[in-house]
Amino acid sequence: MDFTSLTLTDVSRHFGRRRALAQVSFTAEAGQIVALLGANGAGKSTLLSIVATLLDPSSGEVRYGGVTAREGSHPLRGRIGLLGHDLYLYPELTASENLRFFADLYGLDAPADRVGRALASAALEERANDPVSSFSRGMRQRLAVERALLHEPRLVLLDEPFTGLDDLSSESLRARLRGLRSRGAIVIVTTHELEAIEPIVDTAYLLSRGRLETLKAGAGSLRDRYRRQAQA
Amino acid sequence: MTSFITAAALVVRKDLLVETRSREVVYTSLLFAVSCMLVFAFGLVKEGRVVADAAAAILWITIAFAGTLALGRIFDRERQNETMRALLLAPAPRAAIYIGKFAGVALLLVLVEGVVVPLVALMFDAPLFRHSLLVAGLLIAGSLGYAAVGTLFAAMLARSRSRGTLLPVLLYPMTVPVIIGGVRGTAALLQPEADVAMARAWLVLLLCFDAVFITLALWLFEPVMTE
Repeated sequence: MDFTSLTLTDVSRHFGRRRALAQVSFTAEAGQIVALLGANGAGKSTLLSIVATLLDPSSGEVRYGGVTAREGSHPLRGRIGLLGHDLYLYPELTASENLRFFADLYGLDAPADRVGRALASAALEERANDPVSSFSRGMRQRLAVERALLHEPRLVLLDEPFTGLDDLSSESLRARLRGLRSRGAIVIVTTHELEAIEPIVDTAYLLSRGRLETLKAGAGSLRDRYRRQAQA
Repeated sequence: MTSFITAAALVVRKDLLVETRSREVVYTSLLFAVSCMLVFAFGLVKEGRVVADAAAAILWITIAFAGTLALGRIFDRERQNETMRALLLAPAPRAAIYIGKFAGVALLLVLVEGVVVPLVALMFDAPLFRHSLLVAGLLIAGSLGYAAVGTLFAAMLARSRSRGTLLPVLLYPMTVPVIIGGVRGTAALLQPEADVAMARAWLVLLLCFDAVFITLALWLFEPVMTE
């Protein structure tokens, strides 16, 4: 099960009478880093949950290449990597045990090697056998990023991936995202840290009150363009 | 991609490992079960005499109460770091995640029963070991049915703000057949002349409940978890 594009067509989502997303449409291709920008409550996390197959849209369609989430079922989910607001880690387990559990759950080959590489990438080799509950926020974030990427997903969904990261770790994450892009992954990132994402973004969208629009090109930084368009 | 059985086994192993580290659910459930039984013992044993069939009812009520406590806590853990979402995103049938959680809950109930049964036998002078295999069969069948429904509801309510109130409100009416079957089957074995045929009939009925509940839960888990 593989795909090289993600297409959303008129995706809407309501929670009771509240509209979270209204007819959102866009396409992302393999080898592209897409930024989803917007204020708190704009619908970014809802959109990521729908693309991650964890939430059904009220209407509209999401296609992964030629298939929908229902048609792709669990093999499709194996090609998606998601990092959420919450980090999807078990605090009682060690860094190594967390990664090993997910490596086994994804049925990965040579799981011990992959876990070792992920720990090295997160610069957590020396803390591999410490429980995650003893980690700082930044360390948890680095581990969570590696957990989301452990199975080399085609579609990478990152919700605020720069939270808690120091400069060095942020640069390391940017390098990781560039690597994913060069390997043909589709990367969708939501963030409020626009300076952190600006050097690597290919396309940016603004989500406002559930509606999506392309962030217009123009003078100034990504934050300047975002502010201009958000206030318009 | 992971097979159904492998995914379920991994979830059970992970839950047991987490519980081995924290021992939170085991300790709270056992303490609650023992406290619950002591309260019943003070209320229902007078001058060394026990109200008829009380032992069977107390045994099953204690298991049900302790089970509700464990169910809530087990899913609270998955909610706190939203790890349930990571489980649901795995390339394994979502029903396998349900079976993994269900097996963990059932194992915990069996552990609670391992402590509660000897205590009930001792405190209420109940001959629970006279037909130990049949009693074990009733307890296991009842635990499976209770865990099947409980796991589904606890998973559904894990992200609800009023889950603490809603879980027992939904769970107890649905599991009444299991509790009645367990109480009547156990009571039949605790009479001076044990009614083995009656106990067997209740056991068969409990197994039928289990088959229905587990099948329904497997069928419903994916749609209710994909919000």
